[in-house]
Amino acid sequence: MNSSVQTAPLLEVRNLSKHFGAVRALNDFSMVVRPGEVVALAGDNGAGKTTLIKAISGVYQPTGGEILLRGQPVSFTTPQEAREKGIETIYQDLALADNLSIGANIFLGREPMRKAFGFLPVLDRKAMAAAAKETMSRLDFHVSRLEAPVSNFSGGQRQAVAIGRAVYWDAQILIMDEPTAALGVPEQRKVISLIHQLKAQGRGVIFISHNLHDIFAVSDRIVVLRRGVQAGERKISETNHDEVVKLMVGG
Amino acid sequence: MTSTSPAQQAEKHVAPQADHSDAAKSLVRRIAEGRAWLFLAGLIVCFEVWSRFAYGATFVLNPFNLQSIAIFAVAPLLLATGQTFVIISGGIDLSLGFIMGLAAVIAAHATNMAGAAIPLPLAMLAGILAAVIVAGVPGVINGLLISRLRIPPFIGTLGMFGVARGAAYLLAGGTTVPVQNSWFALLGNGKFYSVPYLVIITAIFVIVMHYILSQTRFGQHNYAIGANAQAARRAGIDIKDHILRLYVLSAMCAGLGGALYAARFTAGAAQAGEPLLLDSVAAVVIGGASLFGGSGTIFGTVAGALVIAVIQYGLVFVNVEPFWQFIAVGVVIIISVLIDQAQRRFSGARQDE
Repeated sequence: MNSSVQTAPLLEVRNLSKHFGAVRALNDFSMVVRPGEVVALAGDNGAGKTTLIKAISGVYQPTGGEILLRGQPVSFTTPQEAREKGIETIYQDLALADNLSIGANIFLGREPMRKAFGFLPVLDRKAMAAAAKETMSRLDFHVSRLEAPVSNFSGGQRQAVAIGRAVYWDAQILIMDEPTAALGVPEQRKVISLIHQLKAQGRGVIFISHNLHDIFAVSDRIVVLRRGVQAGERKISETNHDEVVKLMVGG
Repeated sequence: MTSTSPAQQAEKHVAPQADHSDAAKSLVRRIAEGRAWLFLAGLIVCFEVWSRFAYGATFVLNPFNLQSIAIFAVAPLLLATGQTFVIISGGIDLSLGFIMGLAAVIAAHATNMAGAAIPLPLAMLAGILAAVIVAGVPGVINGLLISRLRIPPFIGTLGMFGVARGAAYLLAGGTTVPVQNSWFALLGNGKFYSVPYLVIITAIFVIVMHYILSQTRFGQHNYAIGANAQAARRAGIDIKDHILRLYVLSAMCAGLGGALYAARFTAGAAQAGEPLLLDSVAAVVIGGASLFGGSGTIFGTVAGALVIAVIQYGLVFVNVEPFWQFIAVGVVIIISVLIDQAQRRFSGARQDE
């Protein structure tokens, strides 16, 4: 932790605001994510977590403030632009096409092609399957049925596919919105260990969860939002559940 | 916070079980996917037995029967290939029947007009081309209505059903338009080694459509959009553009169907595709596609169209009153959907988690 304080930030959010008319969903918010760091974002419903990640990932254009990626100011008009710069959002409701294989999901929208008989462009399913296998094993996730549609897999495995897609396309910042919410306990553990893998690979993770147990299991720092403003920031090693809950409810 | 609820504890026993019945599941899925071909085989056996007992004649080994069934299947199959793409994307195209009629009328007029100026074979090609291009116009409108103005496909294409119908009757002057072109008549009725030209053209077209659906990005995105449009959008797929091209493609399939109709009957008629619309949907559903989108194949649809053609032709062949055709096709549709649902319940229950 101490060593990572010295490294340059991967992502820096400075005085970011997003207003919807008179509603200040996010106001003058700042935070930093360093390489290999997991920052938890906590807060009650309506505290502004979703607004913040949408502003970072290009869904919303901020009303004020700035976003810096490796020290360079950036602004995204679409989520695609953010993705091209290495900011990938993994949604709670799993943005996967259930009827397609792992490989097809990883490559969805940018499928590799090959020439059959030397002239006819066709989908390169072998390359997709190979990339799927390689990517999933990098996440220490071994699947044998690479041709099967992802609907055959469990919730945790599908979460891993979504993370795998981000890893394959070399996302440096992964924003994970409640990645453990819809999962059983063993599956939750699997996702937590996936996040440890991402951390070990030097990526930055913004982890949103209602589950303080998960937050304490995986994060380096926690940033608490309340009514659109930063209510506090703590190192996980220096805080406890009670203090975080107090920050969330404003006690 | 650290404790886990009993419900969560129970869940952990669910996940590992999934792998055990995997082989059985994939077998069931394969049977369900190939059910149209099984139906087809069963039907042919039934008619063969029936025909031999009742008339002492073979049904399936008679080349005339095979030709007739293939010719019967051509027009519904052309509509159904386009419909397959649309249904996989989660939509439906109700305008195809009258787009086909419109195209048949255009093909007849254009062939006649061009025939006055250029050689007959070129005039034939010009007529077919005109029919397919004009058919694309209602397709563009369908696509724009559905993708840009967010009109549900059912309603948008129902509106176009009426517009295309009226336009076709107006252009035909309320009657059929005869074609004066010997090449066009030959295309519609000639044979190559006893295989009708229409069947050859349709077979080539179907293979091209199979290629587009199964081997190109367009096809892959079509499946993704049908399963999870939100996911497809997040993956950067331009859904509006895709939907537009999709409905143009399906309309152009109907356009080719209309042109071939005009060739077969050497006349264009506005009502050419009227009875074929629902057959096209039926062929797709019998072929294994789900009306909820995300699944289906061109070859399944081919089997579905052949099932319908065999029922229609076979019942006539064994001298059953033609009204039984409707009942038989209806029963096959219902059985087909029941098999689909049973298979989903058996192997796809996890989708509900």
